[in-house]
Amino acid sequence: MAKKVFSRPKCLKEAIFHYCPGCGHSIAHRLVAEVIDELGIRGTAIGIPPAGCAVLAYNYLDVDMIEAQHGRGPAMASGIKRMLPDGIVFSYQGDGDLAAIGIAESFHSANRGENITIIFINNAVYGMTGGQMAPTTILEQKTTTTPGGRNKTSEGYPVKVCELLSSLDGTTYIERCAVNSPAGVNKTKKAIKKAFQCQIDGLGFSLVEILSPCPTNWKMTPIDSCKWIDTTMSKVFPLGVFKDNTTAVKKSREAAS
Amino acid sequence: MNKVLMSGNNIIGEAAIRAGCRFYAGYPITPQNELTEYMAEHLRTVEGGVFLQSESEIAAIHMITGASATGARVMTSSSSPGISLKQEGISSMAACELPGIIVNIMRGGPGLGNIRPAQGDYFQATRGGGHGDYRTIVFGPATCQELADLTMDAFDLADKYRTPVMILADGMMGQMMEPVIFKKPKPRQYNEKFMLRGAGHGKSKIIRGLILDPIDMEEHNWKLARKYQVIIDHETLHEEYKTEDAKLVIVAYGTSARIAKGAIKRLRDKGMKVGLFRPITLWPFPELKLRKLAEKINNFLVFEMSTGQMLEDVRLALQGYADIGFHGRPGGVVPTPAELANVVARHYEKKD
Amino acid sequence: MMLKTIFSGFGGQGVLMMGYSFAHSAMNKGYHVTYLPSYGAEVRGGTANCTIAVADEEITSPVASEPDYVVVMNSPSLITFQNKITCGGTMFLNSSIVEIRPSRKDIKICAVPCGDMAREMGNIRVANIIMMGAFIKKTGIVPSDVYLKSIGTIMGGKKKSVAELNQKAFTAGYDFVKD
Repeated sequence: MAKKVFSRPKCLKEAIFHYCPGCGHSIAHRLVAEVIDELGIRGTAIGIPPAGCAVLAYNYLDVDMIEAQHGRGPAMASGIKRMLPDGIVFSYQGDGDLAAIGIAESFHSANRGENITIIFINNAVYGMTGGQMAPTTILEQKTTTTPGGRNKTSEGYPVKVCELLSSLDGTTYIERCAVNSPAGVNKTKKAIKKAFQCQIDGLGFSLVEILSPCPTNWKMTPIDSCKWIDTTMSKVFPLGVFKDNTTAVKKSREAAS
Repeated sequence: MNKVLMSGNNIIGEAAIRAGCRFYAGYPITPQNELTEYMAEHLRTVEGGVFLQSESEIAAIHMITGASATGARVMTSSSSPGISLKQEGISSMAACELPGIIVNIMRGGPGLGNIRPAQGDYFQATRGGGHGDYRTIVFGPATCQELADLTMDAFDLADKYRTPVMILADGMMGQMMEPVIFKKPKPRQYNEKFMLRGAGHGKSKIIRGLILDPIDMEEHNWKLARKYQVIIDHETLHEEYKTEDAKLVIVAYGTSARIAKGAIKRLRDKGMKVGLFRPITLWPFPELKLRKLAEKINNFLVFEMSTGQMLEDVRLALQGYADIGFHGRPGGVVPTPAELANVVARHYEKKD
Repeated sequence: MMLKTIFSGFGGQGVLMMGYSFAHSAMNKGYHVTYLPSYGAEVRGGTANCTIAVADEEITSPVASEPDYVVVMNSPSLITFQNKITCGGTMFLNSSIVEIRPSRKDIKICAVPCGDMAREMGNIRVANIIMMGAFIKKTGIVPSDVYLKSIGTIMGGKKKSVAELNQKAFTAGYDFVKD
């Protein structure tokens, strides 16, 4: 008898992903679904998809979901979580959604220490609208709106979300991962699980940034896209845990009670 | 229940809490800060009450949208420039069929304008305001008592039709105090199936306004349109004051209607038969009632603290059956009843 | 009957409190009332005023273009409002700090040295209540017991000594005005 080592997560619907071949969203969706299954939070989870390629995340994730206008996921998540403290509330956001149009909402929900989880997909480009510059587009990177490459004097610098938000006292757990290798995928899943656990334990704001390939808009093969994350993207956006106050917050809670 | 003397801003807050509002998010802006402060002070003393000072008006409207989705009664408030920022969320609430109350204590505009009372946001309020094919129910209260009553009614209507409802008042209504009696709120009727509270062991729910298939999106638009037609048929409110024998009728709402009543008293003392038609719901506009009035009166004067916005609804309602004059004072000017009386006298004589 | 009053002075003189307590007592007397404060940037930098309308019928405009009474607690207020007051109206002024007098001869003046009187009582902050004593007596719109009851309701939880001081201040102002 063969041992079953892999199957479709229960809370991933029987639907075919609309994502391009080699796109990181499908992996990230599966990881979120697996974590929800493993933590047994399907019945209390409420997800908020972004405007962007992942806008249709509710077609795949079998949990209660409500769409947010572009960038407003963290504001909506704040309203939901405040009225439903036992719910497990997460927003799933792209780089434009979180770091450009919605930077105020993500920054301030983090600063308030909202007990929510953000899954942040960074692919250094605007995917759904066809490959324009994102706030995370790296210097010299060519996009349809930076045809000569991103120029620091006219377009500024890539926004480093983990570095920025981890400096806020309100945040508890922040990690950057990548889904460009089996090891990276495993690490990402661990990070997502830890982020959700952080929320379940009531420890405060958690965010996992996922460097994610976008072969279509990078105009690369999926394999080259994975390599580019290693050789170039992760040099600008280094992987690792930027903040982990889970133990400290837990201890101070215990001391207080 | 005894009469209490409270400011309009505080009355809205108190009425909302009595009506069961348990979530408020807002960003300070004059002349409605007292409402935000009232909610901060009083929501924390109510079980399950949450007050959130948001980072922006945009965040506030999306916070209340999220809270509304969980089934809570919710409210946000602002003044003109802040209401412009909220339009994205109001459109989204209308699309997703989520109830919620938006209070606009209007000030002078456009742009930053000033903080004096004005009525320049009528178009924005009654035409939907944000993008897409939708409407919001809009109340235009003229007294502090009405602020109390209509705020409570607004929550019931928002639930009944699962749609955002706007209270459209101005700096004068927000700041002034009048004695008020709070009525007993009705028990809430809102089906749990519309609430997003986690799927439990059941089927997961989706709340969304993104409908990529145009045929499906069209059906959603028609569904909303049918709902709006029901609202038009059942929910219009207006007041008629001394119209029985009137030869000229002023059409005005909110603060303008108060000034109009003052003018009418002066004019009647001089023997001029002038009345007032006051829309209480600005959307739906009580157009059939106004048209009915034109069967016996053919001299109307629209008075607004704007350059003429409700004027267009009056023209649409009267369909050319009567003469329509206009007097407007935009920019935060509150004219006196004496000034308006002089204007009306000119129009009145013109017809005789 | 429709009477409009403007209370004006420096921020901190308790001008809004004067208006609010008057409106509150007029409400309890059974009148229609409106209270409209100055607000926003115009009250930053020190001046404050409020308008109270009292009537035995529905009040339409809460604004007073020709107030029947104006209470001025400082000189800038006198300059601002002396030309607004209606012919035959009454101006109450805090003669402790308002040295100028209106140039109009068609209005009545009621000068009350409420600042000095308050200082004699040991608390400059009751100058407004002293002025209210004079105002209530002179205008006769609201009986003194109704007004004092309103003050009690508004002050609510304040200490007994404060209530007694207010009562004393009110009486001083009330008795200052001769019948």
